[in-house]
Amino acid sequence: MINVWRSLRFLVVSVVLLGVIYPVVITGIGQLVFPFQANGSMVSLNGRIVGSELIAQAVTSPGLFHPRPSAVNYAANGSGGSNLGSTNPALVKEVQANIANVEKHNPGTLVSSIPTSMVESSGSGLDPDISIRDAMIQIPRIAAATGLSQSALKNLVAHYEQGPFLGIWGHSMVNVMQLNLAIKREAQ
Amino acid sequence: MTFSGVVGIITVVALVLILSIPLGGYIHRVFTGERSWFEPIFAPFERLLYRLIGVNPKVEMDWKVYIKSLLILNFVMALFVYLVFRLQGVLPLNPDGVPSMNWALAFNTAASFVSNTNWQSYAGESSMSYLGQMVAITYLQFTTAATGVVAAIAFVRGVVANRSSSLGNFWIDLIKVHTRLLLPLAVVLAIVFVGLGVPETLQGAASVHTLQGASQIISRGPVASLEAIKQLGTNGGGYFNANSAHPFENPSTITDVLQILAMALIPTALIATFARFIKNRRQGVVLYVLLTSTLLIGAFVVYANEAIGNPMLHHLLGLSGPNMEGKEVRFGVGLSSLFTAATTAFTTGAVNNMHDSLMPISGLIPLLFMMFNTVFGGIGAGLLNILMFLVITVFLSGLMVGRTPEIFGKKIEAREIKLATAAMLVHPFVILIPTAVALVTKAGTSSILNPGLHGLSEVLYAFTSAAANNGSAFAGLNANTTFYNVLLGLVIMIGRYVSIVAMFAMAGSLAKKAVIPESVGTLRTDTYAFGGVFVAVVVIVGALTFFPALAIGPIGEHLQMWAGHLTR
Repeated sequence: MINVWRSLRFLVVSVVLLGVIYPVVITGIGQLVFPFQANGSMVSLNGRIVGSELIAQAVTSPGLFHPRPSAVNYAANGSGGSNLGSTNPALVKEVQANIANVEKHNPGTLVSSIPTSMVESSGSGLDPDISIRDAMIQIPRIAAATGLSQSALKNLVAHYEQGPFLGIWGHSMVNVMQLNLAIKREAQ
Repeated sequence: MTFSGVVGIITVVALVLILSIPLGGYIHRVFTGERSWFEPIFAPFERLLYRLIGVNPKVEMDWKVYIKSLLILNFVMALFVYLVFRLQGVLPLNPDGVPSMNWALAFNTAASFVSNTNWQSYAGESSMSYLGQMVAITYLQFTTAATGVVAAIAFVRGVVANRSSSLGNFWIDLIKVHTRLLLPLAVVLAIVFVGLGVPETLQGAASVHTLQGASQIISRGPVASLEAIKQLGTNGGGYFNANSAHPFENPSTITDVLQILAMALIPTALIATFARFIKNRRQGVVLYVLLTSTLLIGAFVVYANEAIGNPMLHHLLGLSGPNMEGKEVRFGVGLSSLFTAATTAFTTGAVNNMHDSLMPISGLIPLLFMMFNTVFGGIGAGLLNILMFLVITVFLSGLMVGRTPEIFGKKIEAREIKLATAAMLVHPFVILIPTAVALVTKAGTSSILNPGLHGLSEVLYAFTSAAANNGSAFAGLNANTTFYNVLLGLVIMIGRYVSIVAMFAMAGSLAKKAVIPESVGTLRTDTYAFGGVFVAVVVIVGALTFFPALAIGPIGEHLQMWAGHLTR
């Protein structure tokens, strides 16, 4: 019985310390020191919040960069991947549709030149980044739709290119939200 | 595979060893009562906690008292979080209006989190309130990790004791793991995570108008504080459904590296702690070499298979390149592969890519690591499993060479072997029997997403993950049904508690024995020859028990895929 009583006392003390004080203190420090990151890296255009730099959103406009395919239709309140296995016919169907979509929006693209990340769904359904090859495939379409020159768009991609970290971790990639905000601002 | 990818993987593993070996020495000092530099901060804080909880620091416990305290506390904590899950809909700190859980889901989640498993039949953003994330999930991610550490330490005390019955004081040990190890590390890591982009807010989801004028609801919350202890405590239960693949949980390449380091840190350190306790450096070195090699082999097998990509897509659609289905661009194939191997070696269960979409042989590695359950293993529990297999290896080699089996100066007798065997056999039993039950019932098979052999792997993976207290999943399986919630919840509890109790009983009987001085007749356990036998025992036990299931799961699917046949 003494053990039950002591367990209950431990429960109360530890829940307050670890379940309340700890997260509240971290929230306080986070809000004070890193308010942008702590609130979800929200970005705005013309003073209105348009989304998070870290979260992909559905973009279909020809004049903007498109993110990777999402198995959850970019639901930022319901993340997830397709979970399709490698021998599942549904996977082949999904990738085939994604390839057709890339070819439709970027005419003349050869299947063999498409990076797999451009037509295979991301793990979170919210992957904010695309590979450099993915961005290059989209540049002619965006140039045609916005009137920006291809070389200006290539410079933009080069400007926002990140990684690999220390040359060994990750790959060269570019954040879609940063690119699209830059294009929107350019167009104004 | 690229050269930089290989270097990247080896560098992370090297960093793990560099950081954790000194930490292992520190943990040893904590549990032998040595003063630390921060004694003026720790000691008064701990005295306050002892007073609040009503602990007498002078009391020593034998194995029965120790394990009884551990089990009762676990039961009380499980009951508390069960109530939180059942009532979260009406409790405060629920800005997104998440409903309360039904009894089966609440049972499954309580069993899963109180046992350091962190299997999730729920999706965080839609089924867990901020209150639940804080006082149930984040909370248990501390206490259950601490429970694992103290269980391992108590066992090791039993090994080194000389005709004594004391294993230490459960409450003192438990509090010290928090104050001197988990809390300081978690606070630092959580703040670093916020700086690198992980949200930490009590505001509800953000509703935004996107660049195209559509609306998007972006879930957020106190993520960073959970994320830090999720990895440090080898917990793995994510804030969001996509776990560490979600950009809010793991926003960049560098956070990914930090997460792998964090999950590997304490389980790896405990090997060094153990070597200090038994005063045998070589034993630690031999274990480090064997376990690290196994981890690296696993990571590279996954990496090689993922880098080749899916031959079906090449063959049917002309698409070539690495397998990126279920992966994130910022991690790429290299760090995704290492994460997959590490999260199952250290039985964390966090995922930064969707394991269900791995190539079949890549999916075999996490399954195997969870079946072995000894490639470092989870926090504390891993060391216990390693010691259990060492006892069995000593017994088998003793039989082979005709020597009295003894380990670390303690004679191994019938009682120890019976207990070790019981602890060992529980694992395959609670994997294979429930898998078979699920596969022959409609309740079991109707949850499967992928057809054919892959569907069998989904079910096998679920029960292996539950039994190994891992928590990762082939997530295509819809586990949020009464059938799976109840069955997996039971497997999780048996997988955790039966082996802990058996190991404690063994610790109790080892503690009472006298230490026998080493002689020429002693079978040395700190040699590579013995280490080789140890690995052989782990692999043979694992392979013989699980090979039939693996053959009709991932191995069969691999052959089918390379023969060019889609599942119909």
